[in-house]
Amino acid sequence: MYAWWWRILPGPWWLRLLISVVAAAAVVLLCFTVVFPAVADHLAINDGTVDGT
Amino acid sequence: MSAPFRSRGRAAVSVTGELLVTAGVLTLLFVVWQLYWTDFTSGRAQAATVDDLQSQWAVSAPQTPGPAPSPGASPSTPAVTVDETPPQGDAFAIVYVPRFGSGYAVPVVEGTATADLQEGIGHYAGTAMPGQVGNLALAGHRVTYGKPFNLIADLQDGDAVVVATATQWFTYRVQSHEIVRPTQVSVIAPVPDQPGAQPTQAWLTMTACHPMHSARQRYVVHALLESVQDRSAGAPASLAPVGQG
Repeated sequence: MYAWWWRILPGPWWLRLLISVVAAAAVVLLCFTVVFPAVADHLAINDGTVDGT
Repeated sequence: MSAPFRSRGRAAVSVTGELLVTAGVLTLLFVVWQLYWTDFTSGRAQAATVDDLQSQWAVSAPQTPGPAPSPGASPSTPAVTVDETPPQGDAFAIVYVPRFGSGYAVPVVEGTATADLQEGIGHYAGTAMPGQVGNLALAGHRVTYGKPFNLIADLQDGDAVVVATATQWFTYRVQSHEIVRPTQVSVIAPVPDQPGAQPTQAWLTMTACHPMHSARQRYVVHALLESVQDRSAGAPASLAPVGQG
């Protein structure tokens, strides 16, 4: 998977590395802003309220 | 026939391995986000809310909201508490707990939905407002999202929990604590643990998760109103630092 990713990237090694770093940063940003908050709502490991329902 | 099959099998194993490693890294990233990042961002947002409230209150303080504000009469105005429920999500008070440190100040927002508890301590809808007879019920995170109730288990009987509103300081004193099931809503009844009873005193109840990092139980602290002081009279003595341990 990662070998395939490296193969399809254009340019010299440093450009591939740069693109990979930017892509990884984009994934982390997406996780922090969208994915993780949505997941946390379902986990509720930190719910501190009392609720009868 | 067997060579391409074997190489395809090897590729599948390799891709599966890479996917598993990726999943592991993402899971670790989630833990870092939940434990540290939410704490950092919510903590900063809550500190900003406290600053906003304090500057709002400082501006609005000299203007007495009643008709014909005479300068000499303002100290003798009756102790009017916040009796209008603010819209959900709005910050309307600040909680100070000397046991949690002298720099501890967290906003109280109306409502206890997930989004509300990220903005500060949540006020259970329909429970008493600061100073009112009944039970001012508050929920807070013990871990993550600024963790306002992180040290709730350190509270000792007699410790001060001070609630500040636009006009007044309310000092509550811790009476007891209990560990209950998450469904035990009687802890936030107008008279704690006596649902249906007619309240005659002003209680404050704090709820947080228990044990830490778990939603299995709730750690609950009950406090009783001791004194009320106008903001114009300055900060109450109950805000004095207390020794650790």
